[in-house]
Amino acid sequence: MILFKLAYRNLVGAGLRTWLNVIVLSFSFVVIIWTQGLYDGMYDQALHAKTDWEIGGGELWHKNYDPYDPLSLEKSHGLLPESLQELVRKGKASPILITQATMYPDGRLVPVLLKGIDPNQNILQIPAAALKDSASCCELPALIGERMAESSHLQIGDFVTLRWQDVYGAFDAADARVVQLMRTPVSTIDNGQIWIPLDSLREMLQAQGQATLVVLAKGVKPPANLSDWEFKAPDFLLSDVREIVQTKSVSSGIFYFFLLVLALLAIFDTQVLSIFRRRKEIGTLMALGMTRSEVIRLFTIEGAFHGILALVVAAIYGTPILIYFKNSGIPLPSYTDSYGMALSQKLIPTYGVGLVLGTVLIILIAVTVVSFLPTRRIARLKPTDALRGKWS
Amino acid sequence: MTDPTVIEVQNLVKNYPMGGGYFTALKRVNLSLHHGEFAGLVGPSGSGKTTLLNIVGTLDNPSEGDAVVLNQRVSDLSQKGAAQLRRRKIGFIFQTYNLFPVYTAFENVEFPLLLLKLSQSEREKKVWQALEWVGLIDKAKSRPAQLSGGEAQRVAIARAMVKQPEIVLADEPTANLDAENSYNILKTMAALNESLKTTFLFATHDEKVIKFLRRKIYLFDGKVARDEVTTPAANEGDLK
Repeated sequence: MILFKLAYRNLVGAGLRTWLNVIVLSFSFVVIIWTQGLYDGMYDQALHAKTDWEIGGGELWHKNYDPYDPLSLEKSHGLLPESLQELVRKGKASPILITQATMYPDGRLVPVLLKGIDPNQNILQIPAAALKDSASCCELPALIGERMAESSHLQIGDFVTLRWQDVYGAFDAADARVVQLMRTPVSTIDNGQIWIPLDSLREMLQAQGQATLVVLAKGVKPPANLSDWEFKAPDFLLSDVREIVQTKSVSSGIFYFFLLVLALLAIFDTQVLSIFRRRKEIGTLMALGMTRSEVIRLFTIEGAFHGILALVVAAIYGTPILIYFKNSGIPLPSYTDSYGMALSQKLIPTYGVGLVLGTVLIILIAVTVVSFLPTRRIARLKPTDALRGKWS
Repeated sequence: MTDPTVIEVQNLVKNYPMGGGYFTALKRVNLSLHHGEFAGLVGPSGSGKTTLLNIVGTLDNPSEGDAVVLNQRVSDLSQKGAAQLRRRKIGFIFQTYNLFPVYTAFENVEFPLLLLKLSQSEREKKVWQALEWVGLIDKAKSRPAQLSGGEAQRVAIARAMVKQPEIVLADEPTANLDAENSYNILKTMAALNESLKTTFLFATHDEKVIKFLRRKIYLFDGKVARDEVTTPAANEGDLK
């Protein structure tokens, strides 16, 4: 306790030098927590968006379905087994049929994925009900995302010619009318995709009762013993989001590392200088009855106190800043698809207890270690040499 | 009945490595100091005064021979044991005061008591008393940089005396002071020696100090050349 008291006195007594180090270190606390909070927030948002708009409580894929191989789509659908049909009837699952097609907006040829969705589904946030309202005997209603609308220059009410191949290999074509533009943070259900009523697509493909995948509602367990269908859990379906965040975290980790190294270098430098300049003081401390290990502990605690003071300073100015961003969020450009994941228009940082405690712990340990390293020299210092300002 | 021996030095040798060989700073020194003495190691630079003071102060070890301080053999003491002895029983006064620059005068004097883990009330009582001994109560909140050389050395005396040690070792305590300040410092130390019966051992070549000593141990070339007990010239006129 005495050493803590003395270390605190020395540190506060050192004045400006202490506070400069403390302020630099406090930046590390705030910036690391803030930036990592942004990544955590990003991950949370992407996770929720993808869950709400695309994957629900998990998906059952037809055994041939491979989302990365559009050429295999023709063989990637089948009839739903009775247990799945039961879930669909109860509204606990929603089948989706997917095929490759070609779209001709303004005479251009654009390959697209044609997706059939039940207009009555309420498992996903896709506004499929628009397909129900506009459906008529003579036209094919189509729902597209805003990204798709922008890239293909389509607007609500526009007609676009679609060409597809049915299950027997015969080509057919029809005009579809855009009935609604969907604003979604999830680009993987938007870019290059046209959503039409499930029954219409089944009829177009001559694939009655078939689906490519079935989205389960949250909390619904997949039926057992489905030979042609494979369950893909949310963990698997979200792995790409997780990997993107991890990649981003690694690059930001390098940034934290340099930030922390700068702050730690300042403390290390201060410690080395302090021990060098205070040799006589070290000798005096020993003459007054302190052992070498006590002097080492005193200097280490003194250095480590930088971390504690920085924590206090960071809490004073950092807490309001972090709370402000938590409450107001950070506005993003209309779409941030280049980022590679689903983000809404505002990025809300998430500061978890683990993040805050982990950051505090890592910084305090690092500060203590760099404070200790230069003090090892004291262990070899003779009091008589120290009193004369010499190194042993 | 004679006062008990506090320092006993027998055949003390101290060698320092130099080049390929050794430099012998102390050559078979013998001496004993009794409780309450006001003595000084007198001699020119390089005569071995500070080396002897350091060994007696348990800051250094003898190369040969014995140094027994307060019944403890210096060469037998562990680093921790030596620190404990200094912490409790020995006070130091240095030529350059060696005050802690970021502490106030009060905190500097309080430091040895913190190491002794005394309660705050005890510490405060003793620090004020020590500052009173050296006449610096009004400077308690001043930092060393705000004190004159004489004041700083008086704070150093208060720091050495606050725990009421058995022995005070003073290495050239007046070397950086003018005549008036030297006189005041010496008068203060002599008074403390009188009232508290603390043993004082100086290392000095300063005439102002030598005149104050009751026992002068002359060192020359690492040996005791002369050891004499005299009556100190403790009046202002003699010193100035």
